[in-house]
Amino acid sequence: MADNHITAEHGAAAVEPTSFEFDAQSNAAIERILKKFPAGKQASAVLPLLDLVQRQMKRQTGSAWVPRVAMDETARRLDMAPIRVYEVATFYLMFNTKPVGTYHLQVCTTTPCWLRGSDQVVKTCRDVTGIKGWGETSADGAFTITEVECLGACVNAPVLQVNDDFYEDMDADSTKALLEALKRGEPPPVGSMTGRQGSAPDGGPQTLTTLAPSTGD
Amino acid sequence: MAKVTVDGIEVEVPNGSSVLQACEAAGIEIPRFCYHERLSVAGNCRMCMVEIEKAPPKPHASCAFPVNDGMVVHTDTPMVRAARRAAMEFLLINHPLDCPICDQGGECDLQDQAVAYGKDGSRYAENKRAVKDKNIGPLVQTVMTRCIHCTRCIRFITEVAGVPDLGATARGENMEVGTYVQKALGSELSGNLIDLCPVGALTSKPYAFTARPWELRKTDSVDVLDAVGCNIRVDTRGPEVLRILPRLNEDVNEEWLGDKSRFSIDGLKRRRVDTPWVKRDGTLQKATWPAAFAAIAAKLKGVAGARIGAIAGDLCDAESMLALKDLMASLGSQNLDCRQDGAKLDAARRDFYVFNSSIAGIEEADAILIVGSDPRHEAPVLNARIRKRFVAGNIPVGVIGPTGDLTYKTQHLGDTPSVLAALIAGSLPFAEVLKAAKKPMIILGQGALVGIDGAAVLAACWQLAATVGALSAEWHGFNVLHTAAARVGALDLGFLPGPGGKDLAGMLGGGVDVLWLLGADEFDTSKIGANTFVVYQGHHGDAGAARADVILPGAAYTEKNGTYVNTEGRVQRGQLAVYPPGEAREDWKILRAFSEVAGHPLPYDDLAALRARLEQVNPVFARVGFLPRFACTDQTAPVGNPTLASTTPFPLAVANYYKTDQISRASPTMTICTETYVTPKLAAAE
Repeated sequence: MADNHITAEHGAAAVEPTSFEFDAQSNAAIERILKKFPAGKQASAVLPLLDLVQRQMKRQTGSAWVPRVAMDETARRLDMAPIRVYEVATFYLMFNTKPVGTYHLQVCTTTPCWLRGSDQVVKTCRDVTGIKGWGETSADGAFTITEVECLGACVNAPVLQVNDDFYEDMDADSTKALLEALKRGEPPPVGSMTGRQGSAPDGGPQTLTTLAPSTGD
Repeated sequence: MAKVTVDGIEVEVPNGSSVLQACEAAGIEIPRFCYHERLSVAGNCRMCMVEIEKAPPKPHASCAFPVNDGMVVHTDTPMVRAARRAAMEFLLINHPLDCPICDQGGECDLQDQAVAYGKDGSRYAENKRAVKDKNIGPLVQTVMTRCIHCTRCIRFITEVAGVPDLGATARGENMEVGTYVQKALGSELSGNLIDLCPVGALTSKPYAFTARPWELRKTDSVDVLDAVGCNIRVDTRGPEVLRILPRLNEDVNEEWLGDKSRFSIDGLKRRRVDTPWVKRDGTLQKATWPAAFAAIAAKLKGVAGARIGAIAGDLCDAESMLALKDLMASLGSQNLDCRQDGAKLDAARRDFYVFNSSIAGIEEADAILIVGSDPRHEAPVLNARIRKRFVAGNIPVGVIGPTGDLTYKTQHLGDTPSVLAALIAGSLPFAEVLKAAKKPMIILGQGALVGIDGAAVLAACWQLAATVGALSAEWHGFNVLHTAAARVGALDLGFLPGPGGKDLAGMLGGGVDVLWLLGADEFDTSKIGANTFVVYQGHHGDAGAARADVILPGAAYTEKNGTYVNTEGRVQRGQLAVYPPGEAREDWKILRAFSEVAGHPLPYDDLAALRARLEQVNPVFARVGFLPRFACTDQTAPVGNPTLASTTPFPLAVANYYKTDQISRASPTMTICTETYVTPKLAAAE
């Protein structure tokens, strides 16, 4: 321990950028966010700021992740100890501390999705992208597959979240079609892949199709 | 106050106490891992479960449950026992069974409590988790697989040490305690993490695999590597000091200890002087005690008292300094000095040179001005107390001098003595802050006193203290922070130039013919006159020994029964833990033996008689351990013209915290610390 040099213990040391600065768009957002918190309590803005980091990285590099230098910059902006930001950034799995592919495939494998066939979705994702394990990125840098817990769309299970968008009612075929479309750079419309509206029943409304007759009393 | 009944024992505890504190007041021990009385409450280990009547019928974490008047608590019911057993089982799921190779073995909270609440087998058949060890510097060894996530280390380093480097990253089973970005902990108090860790996750790196706690002989003593006088326990095996741990003393160090004081012990085994040496034909040669004494006595013959001088070092015990002073008096010499750094201390009155507010008194202060001192590096434990006060109530702290990050928010007022003049005149806003404070403190460091206008700075600080109302019948806010453990004791003894005597500067450059150095290495020995005959009495072959004509091997602080006076003026006693190596002897005995050879035998033959003489010289030595608080009864200022002309910035008294004395300079651990912490900082400054 002769030198005190900083090397990333976690994350990808090799791709770690040497510096990070919030761009104009992020700075405008920071200004807006900080106004929500009383003076001296700006540390509360750490979550929205880390989200801004991830979005800015997506804009700038095509990969939505939070590099360590950006955590340091966030700490500086919010007058916090850097370790407090590291704690938050590593606690929430929505923050990627390693670079991810252009399309971050987040497959829900929690019970409802699993019962409805998330295993098929996972298998198809792996077959099409050639990725073997969780959290890995495909060779072309297009996809990263992550296993996530309940995304709150159980009614339309199984769910596959791509970056910020939900694709629902997935099965092997629709997953394959979705990934092929993404490969071509043509993301299909979000929502149910079986065409149903929102969480409405399959094949259209089945109840309350007519006005209830008045019972009259 | 709230009345609480714990297992049928009725106790009264202050409102806002936790149930755990009430249980302790009732004398009932509650097992715990995460709870620590000096840290914030985390409540995450779930070991301190108790049952509380009329509360929801479930076990409650007593550390985080506030008491209520009339509360009835049960600490030993089937529910409580089952809850603690369950908590223990969960903790042991991922804890390795490597006690036989773990340094914590024998003094491990988890081990001890597993005896009470553990099971003989595990129901967990899956793989245990393994965590990569972290490198957090040269002092603290990590075995993170053993970590039970109590977060004591995180809370200590953030709250007490004020260096938020540690945190818990990731979550759930992946949670890890560490720095995230690999780096050495930047705290001078990092050794305390080893004491705090209830398991073997954080252990001492230099002490790794050295000994088992039950092999060690424990001796209560006092630390001398800074002037705080931290209470320590010296753990020894055979002739070796193996480790030093802090001992609880609420008034001095609470239960903390600085890294230098804890880890310098390997310096006690290196560069030691273990036999007398006498210079013959230009080179030092090993000699016997009689030969060494004869050489000195022969040299002293015919030398006038005024041509003999003595300088006391920074680690000396009061007994040896008194013996040396008496010896010098019998030889007719008034040339004595203990201020190796040349600090212009005024020994006319005791409150001119001690830390009058007392260390515990820091917690009462409501404004602090630090002058020419870097308490973080001069007295890390005292600095932690200032930080404790700061955290409790965000008090204004002003700093004059080139001080770095003190771990609390400070207001930098300038670097030069002239700022003091501005404060006295009231032309700086901080003067109003001090005036408005009920109990303002002025802490004067040695850096402020070593300059040519040191006496003026001392007088100016006193005048400022008087101006802002720090000197009253209720509060004495004038404080001198020393860096040398021997200094206050020496001043109490009057180890200073007598009438017509020469001070340190006067004795150098041929001012005396015979110079007796009692462990004095901290001044420029090359300035000693070429014809001066130098007797070095001490325990390390350092600067003084290199210049000496006769070397008398003395005892280090762990090897003698000695009295030390800390910066507050608190008289404390260190005890002999091991015997001095080789021919080395306790220092006062050396002086007593020599006095016989010199023909002026000193009038004490044992330690009791010498201590009686100490009390006779200054009655403060009769009051061991206890320090009454004094108010300021006399506002007469120390000598020195407080009108300051100098605009030279205050120098720092301690350039490298890890190497300040003979022992730490000889310590390989402190060398590694210097390379880790100080060298990169110096390189960055260039």
